[in-house]
Order: sequence, then C-alpha cells, then structure tokens
Amino acid sequence: MARVVVDVMLKPEILDPQGQAVQRALPRLGFTGIADVRQGKRFELEVEGPVDDAALARIREAAETFLANTVIEDFTVRVEGSE
Amino acid sequence: MTTRVGVVTFPGSLDDRDAQRAIRLAGAEPVALWHRDKDLHQVDAVVLPGGFSYGDYLRAGAISRFSPVMGTVIEQAKLGMPVLGICNGFQVLTESHLLPGAMLRNNHLHFICRDQKLRVENAGTAWTTDYQAGQEISVPLKNMDGRYTADARTIDELESEGRVVFRYLDLNPNGSINDIAGITNAAGNVVGLMPHPEHAVEPLVGTGGTDGLGFFTSVLKQLVSS
Repeated sequence: MARVVVDVMLKPEILDPQGQAVQRALPRLGFTGIADVRQGKRFELEVEGPVDDAALARIREAAETFLANTVIEDFTVRVEGSE
Repeated sequence: MTTRVGVVTFPGSLDDRDAQRAIRLAGAEPVALWHRDKDLHQVDAVVLPGGFSYGDYLRAGAISRFSPVMGTVIEQAKLGMPVLGICNGFQVLTESHLLPGAMLRNNHLHFICRDQKLRVENAGTAWTTDYQAGQEISVPLKNMDGRYTADARTIDELESEGRVVFRYLDLNPNGSINDIAGITNAAGNVVGLMPHPEHAVEPLVGTGGTDGLGFFTSVLKQLVSS
C-alpha cells in the first residue's frame, strides 16, 4: 500500500498562538536561536490500490473539502512511497 | 398550530436541552432532531446547539457539517428557513459555508467561561427582531475556539452590509476580528454567534437575567407573522 501525506498549515497571515506558545517555551528549555514556530497537521493516508492521477485527485478533493479549511489553511499532497 | 423549532443533537452536543428549554419558554414547541436523520420533521426553524460535536476532532464543527441532517439544514437554510448556530453551532455554520469566515483557537489559548456583554448591531435578522439596534445585553460565553476570522474583503462586506449582528463589549474574549461575536448571511435568516443566549432565559440560573430569550421570541414572531 502506498502512503499519501497531506500537510495542513494555517495560512501565513493567520495568527498561530499555539506555534507562538511553543516558540516562547523553546528558549526556556535551552533551545535558542529559533525565530518563529508555526504548528500544523499531518495526515498519513494509506491508500488501497495504485496511487494514480485519479486517486490523487480524489485525495486532493478530500483535503480541500474536509481535511483542510481553505478559508484559514493551506495544504499540500504528496506520495511518500510504495511497497 | 404551534411553531416547531428543531434542535439538532450531534454526538458531543451539550446544550441541546438548554436550547429546547429556551424554545419552550419562548412559547414554541421544541423538536429534537438527530444528526443521522435527514428528515427535519416539519420544523419551521432549526437551532444548532453548543457543545463539542465529534469532540472537535479535526476542527470544531468540521465533521458535523457532513452529517445527514446538515445536508437538509443547508438546503432549507438556502430556501430561507431560520437557522441559529450557537457556539459549536456557529462553528458548524462556518464549516458549512452558510456563514462566511472561520473559527480559530482563542488567541490566548485558554478555555474561557464568563458573563459577556454584547451590543446588538443588527435587529433585523430572523433571530433578533425583539432587540433594538444598539441595545446591550449580557449572556454567558464559554469556548475554546471562538476567534472569528475572515479575509479583509469578507470583513468589509460584513461590515458594510450590516451583517455583524453582535459585537463584544468591554473585553474581546478571544481575539475575534473587529470584536465580532455573531454574524448573519445576506438574507438574514441564518445567524451564528459564540455566546450562549439559551443560558440566559430564566432569572434563577445563568447570568440571572433573561437577555437571551429575545432570540427565541424573535423567531417565533417572525414565523407566526409569515
């Protein structure tokens, strides 16, 4: 089975307080030099059958209508590999 | 015939019974609707209640939006049926694109629970005719994902068309753009807001006030007169 990864990130112009909270915690833990953090979501989809153009198109549709809210989020779809 | 107002129960809805009670106190007949049922059982209006439908997994309201009952609610809302989304219900309405914009995590990342002052900006929607524009009301607010956002063009449109229905007063509890607490669609039949009017309908509980009752009496009047 092939794995397709859908990464979802808040759009750059949208304030990400979760990412900011992580960024503020990093120097307290001794991890310095990190100027910014943004937090996103990663979906790993195990796909039955071939990941052809039609399958990818279906996954893009799922990402656009459901996995991401395109009012506030961007997404990317990529095939991670097959066995 | 009595006016029938449906209240949808999704898995994780918390305030469905409070909404039913508010509807009864306003003089209408509350009708329990189940999220898996496409049929609206001849209701005249629908309330999408607060809570954490599907545990807010994925995004608040995102999974509920695809429930069978929402297919019918979306259809009927577009035909003019009054729909009120409270808190999680507002999130379901934005995810459904019945209302523009989206809801984000509160800017301070805390769950917030307080009495909230609001200004009624638009007293012309199906759910606000028993208020007056400029009136200040107090109703409870409790949420985690209440930061309303939309792109600049949408905000301009909402503001210029008078579609911001409620604004937070004194304190913006979540970082919502322009202090927006609630909005309506262009037709004025679909309204969504984060605070909870159904928790302010009896003098003995909640804020101790009944400022929220006007939502339910408004829709009742609108339905009786139409």
